[in-house]
Amino acid sequence: MTTANITRSIDARGMPCPGPLMSLIGAIREGQVGDVIEVLSSDEGSRSDIPAWISKAGHELVDLVEEDGFARFIIRKVR
Amino acid sequence: MDEAQTLSLVLFSGTDDKLNAASVLTAGAAAMGRKVNVFLQYWALDAFRADRITKDHGVSSEAGSEGAALMQKHGGQHWSEIFRQAKDIGEVGIHACSLSMEMFGLKVEDLDPLVDNQEGVASFFLEVDGPVTFI
Repeated sequence: MTTANITRSIDARGMPCPGPLMSLIGAIREGQVGDVIEVLSSDEGSRSDIPAWISKAGHELVDLVEEDGFARFIIRKVR
Repeated sequence: MDEAQTLSLVLFSGTDDKLNAASVLTAGAAAMGRKVNVFLQYWALDAFRADRITKDHGVSSEAGSEGAALMQKHGGQHWSEIFRQAKDIGEVGIHACSLSMEMFGLKVEDLDPLVDNQEGVASFFLEVDGPVTFI
């Protein structure tokens, strides 16, 4: 996945639970179907919360990359 | 999203740690498509006064001085902001207990706009469809 595909990037590193998820939800709501949103999160809760929310809300987790001290989530807005 | 049971919270305590925990529960439930029904009584209601919502409300006694310092160091968003985000993404009703309102001599205008209205306990239970969590 190259950064060229990413519509919007959210750096939520340092933000505690549920901050990164809330930021993602906001970005999904503001975005268009097909948008690809990147979220960087150092919050451990995000690792379970973001995939759980994506599956519940019917979007797509394109990628989850473990970086040094944080996780990079790539999400596509499906509906 | 499918219909899930409402999260019904009664907030009694007015300290920042308990209000923060309640705001996180509210945000999580709202994110997962649950309706949230919050009833503010006593010290929690007092903490929602418009003129002091973001002021220091202390922490509960079990925190001790170490716990209080830990919370301060951890930082993060204020609980009122988390409630606001929860209301923004989901169906979250925040109601002031009319008995506590009367006790404190408050009017709805004295409260932060997060609070939707003032109601009696029976009205709160109109929207309760499962267990009630008391914080």
